[in-house]
Amino acid sequence: MTTQEALFKYTLRIGDNDLILGHRLAEWCSYGPTLEEDLALTNIALDLTGEAQALLQYAAEVEGKGRSADDLAYKRPERQFYNSIITELPKGDFGYSIVRQFLFDAYELPFFQMLTKSKDETLSAIAHKAVKEVKYHLRHSANWVIRLGDGTEESHNRVQKSLNDLWEYTGELFEMDEVDETVLKEGIGVDLTLVKAEWDETVNKVLAEATLTRPEDGWMQTGAKREGIHSEYLGYILTDMQYLPRAYPDAQW
Amino acid sequence: MTDTQLPLWEVFIQSKTGLPYKHVGSLHAADAEMALENARDVYTRRSEGSSIWVVPSECITASNPEDAEEFFEPSNAKIYRHPTFYVMPEGAKNI
Repeated sequence: MTTQEALFKYTLRIGDNDLILGHRLAEWCSYGPTLEEDLALTNIALDLTGEAQALLQYAAEVEGKGRSADDLAYKRPERQFYNSIITELPKGDFGYSIVRQFLFDAYELPFFQMLTKSKDETLSAIAHKAVKEVKYHLRHSANWVIRLGDGTEESHNRVQKSLNDLWEYTGELFEMDEVDETVLKEGIGVDLTLVKAEWDETVNKVLAEATLTRPEDGWMQTGAKREGIHSEYLGYILTDMQYLPRAYPDAQW
Repeated sequence: MTDTQLPLWEVFIQSKTGLPYKHVGSLHAADAEMALENARDVYTRRSEGSSIWVVPSECITASNPEDAEEFFEPSNAKIYRHPTFYVMPEGAKNI
């Protein structure tokens, strides 16, 4: 695998996580439990979509085959998306969306913080901008996990169940393969074992404060980030997301 | 009917350091920290501010509309309290 091939896939993985999770969060638009939270979730969705745009644009440049960010977002089939499965799972109830967001934010903040030190100037610049946004995402989702976990019996039980259900999707975030090894060796990529250590610390601290029990590590779902083998849910997102550009390929707006 | 909404907070935003905080609206939130986050999300999305205050609405003591007569009308007759009787100095655009 050449560095260019690895960098292309590496950038797609980060961008696809943001694009797909951004889309899932945007599904809360006008369905938020309160007006305030409706805006908060869609603000975060917009941040993620903005990050995805920058990353996919860079991925297209790295690939050098004349594709644009839009081509990558709207014209790739399911098997060529490399987001982790946790980002594509249906939004569930508010507690489920918040727990997923927290587990992801706790990963993405240290990830982007470490990526600011990348030798790749574009990735470093994108990470610099993203860190400020993701800091707020984590603060917001962690605060909700604490309040729902340490809230009523109903809210506690619901977020504990969400946490148990989501746990098997957390392992994929930290999985490293040839792509990661290649960019890590070049000083471009991030060592995910270091990200995992920070993630553990954040997750343990917040769960303790939220009076939630950290599930035992067991079987971890994987395959999407590495090879594009997804859950059954990604296809439906793409159907929604890609309908317009596929039906009207030259549409301008 | 029971009110299932979270407590109400009043939001004040300062647009620039040194300027007074202005009341911009209200919101519901579980506690002070979440009220600050909600205020950030609801009221500063278009770079309206650089600092936020949130105050529990119940902590605000408001004047009673019924008292308007004794509170506010007496000052209507005291136009000399408005600085409208001064001659503008030459060169001053505003007083």
